[in-house]
Amino acid sequence: MTIVSQSYPKTSWRRFKASVFRAMTLLALLFVVGPALWLVLGVVIRAVPNWKWSVLTTLSQGTSGGLENAVVGTLVIMAGVLLVAGSVGVLTGIHLAELAPTRKNGRAGGGLFRFAVDVLAGFPSIVLGYAGYVALCVALHWGFSLLPAILILSLMVVPYVTKSTESALRQVPTTYREGAEALGMSAGYSLRKVVLKSALPGIVTGLLIALAVAGGETAPLLYTAGATNSLPSWSLLHHPISYLTYYVWTDYNQPSAQAHVVSYDAALILVVLVLTLLVVSRLVVARTQRHSESFR
Amino acid sequence: MAASSEGGAPVTHAPTPSARIRHGHWPWRIRALVRRHEDRAWRVSARVASMLPLVGVLFIVIVLALKAWPATKVNGASFLTSSQWVPGNTYGAVVHTYGVAHPMGSSYGAWPLIAGTLETSVIALIIALPISLGTAFALTERLPRWVAQPITFFVEILAGIPSVIIGLWGVLQLGPFLAKHVYPLVANHVPNVPVLRFFRGSTGYGEGLLTSGLILGLMIVPIIASTTRDLFLQVPPLPKEGAEALGMTDAEVARRVTIPWVRSGIIGATVLGLGRALGETIAVAMVSGSILGKLSPNIYGTMTTIAATIVSQLDSAATDGTGFAIATLAEAGLLLGIIAILVNLAARGIVRRSATHAAPVGRV
Repeated sequence: MTIVSQSYPKTSWRRFKASVFRAMTLLALLFVVGPALWLVLGVVIRAVPNWKWSVLTTLSQGTSGGLENAVVGTLVIMAGVLLVAGSVGVLTGIHLAELAPTRKNGRAGGGLFRFAVDVLAGFPSIVLGYAGYVALCVALHWGFSLLPAILILSLMVVPYVTKSTESALRQVPTTYREGAEALGMSAGYSLRKVVLKSALPGIVTGLLIALAVAGGETAPLLYTAGATNSLPSWSLLHHPISYLTYYVWTDYNQPSAQAHVVSYDAALILVVLVLTLLVVSRLVVARTQRHSESFR
Repeated sequence: MAASSEGGAPVTHAPTPSARIRHGHWPWRIRALVRRHEDRAWRVSARVASMLPLVGVLFIVIVLALKAWPATKVNGASFLTSSQWVPGNTYGAVVHTYGVAHPMGSSYGAWPLIAGTLETSVIALIIALPISLGTAFALTERLPRWVAQPITFFVEILAGIPSVIIGLWGVLQLGPFLAKHVYPLVANHVPNVPVLRFFRGSTGYGEGLLTSGLILGLMIVPIIASTTRDLFLQVPPLPKEGAEALGMTDAEVARRVTIPWVRSGIIGATVLGLGRALGETIAVAMVSGSILGKLSPNIYGTMTTIAATIVSQLDSAATDGTGFAIATLAEAGLLLGIIAILVNLAARGIVRRSATHAAPVGRV
């Protein structure tokens, strides 16, 4: 008893410190949730009074007009990213989780390929965009166009898809694979019919997050996609394509009130688009966790 | 896929309905073909795809290095220490230094950019780390589940909000509010002593160093907080209960058991957040004031970072007929890329050792 009372100061002082600690944690929570709510609601509240549905069906005139071209452009870019980053990312995830041999110390293998994904994950997006501009748009004479935008953006979001695919595949119980093998399935057949099927929710989550990031990204697109006030053309090269974040970025500091409305309209569409994707991705996760409890 | 389906390699794995194939029902032919080559198809395509990120990284680094090489020759080591950012007379005479053409009078120094990048990131970390730890504690230990769950959800969603939206809110709503109501209060009441002197002086209009740091802090809180929350949930309950049974208060349990248990993971998450803060572009470009060529005299002043400079200067750099301004931006980009890669590799080393697979929505 004496040791305890010597090594610890008076109880009332410790109780006081504990209550200060509790108050600080709640205060910290307030400092996160408060500004975040202000951020989302602030953008929505400023955008909604001036919102007109015709924004979605009229073409932009730069600092005024609608945003039809930007909405369509963003969706086209997202579709392209889904195609490129989706296929490359999922296949890379399969390689890292299933096919790359494990290292001698028991850690996951993949060496240089994993390193490349890690590097991409932390690479500043503007530097990616800059390299795309210098190499693809200028040196290869592709100009501001859809293909460089999709390639650079895909390079940026591939790590999200790869990481989530890999972790989803690793969570598939070994018994599933053993069962498939015991039934005489080939490795590829069991990968397609058993392993990928049970990892699908995790993979879809990664794809949705990647889409949300791609849709909300500005910096890598500014100097690869360019901007135009007309609808996206079907050509991959030499034709600039516009996107929502461009109008937020260029119009917020223009003098006219109309430009501010355009900026906030684009921001509102972006918030709705991105939040929808993220909420759906979280719902997918929640659903899987509920189902996965049965075999844990 | 047009390979002959009959008489090919013998089927080794999946049982194939070979009689129906010979009778020529085409769906069965295709199915048999797929099954016969499936193993190899998966292996080859996965291997090829996994090379593409590596090819991409090499492509980016090589492009930047090639483009930056002439600029590094001309700018030399003083690029890291000089504060000048003078494009020179782009319509005037062209000068050659070490065989590299550049406009007369051009002189580039990235010190304000580097300093600005570091300053904003450090401010962001100082703000984000304690707030994230507190939030993670509140979510795991303090609040009942029905409150904690939606807030956790909200914090994770926050990581995915586009940076241009955060920038828009920062420059039009947060910045002016702070400059009007908060900054003057601080600036007028802080004593004139060495470190705190930085907080005195003109408070500006809300675009500048402190606003950028705050915005970055808000952007990296979700990354640190959601990772830390997942880590706290992994701490086994027995040591915590034991500590409590010895008479520790919950604050002491947190400080002596929970945090030390996952310390390396918290450090890793913090460094990941630092990596994002260093490379963040659009939000900072909107709220920093984008002043080139000088350091901010106090914590409220306008400034710029490497990333923000690249995005705001590329338009005017393209008017330099010699291409030297573009090359200088490539040098700045290469510098930022190297810093970001080192920071992220350090973070990944630490996080991997603590073995978590927490995947917050943000740029992980």
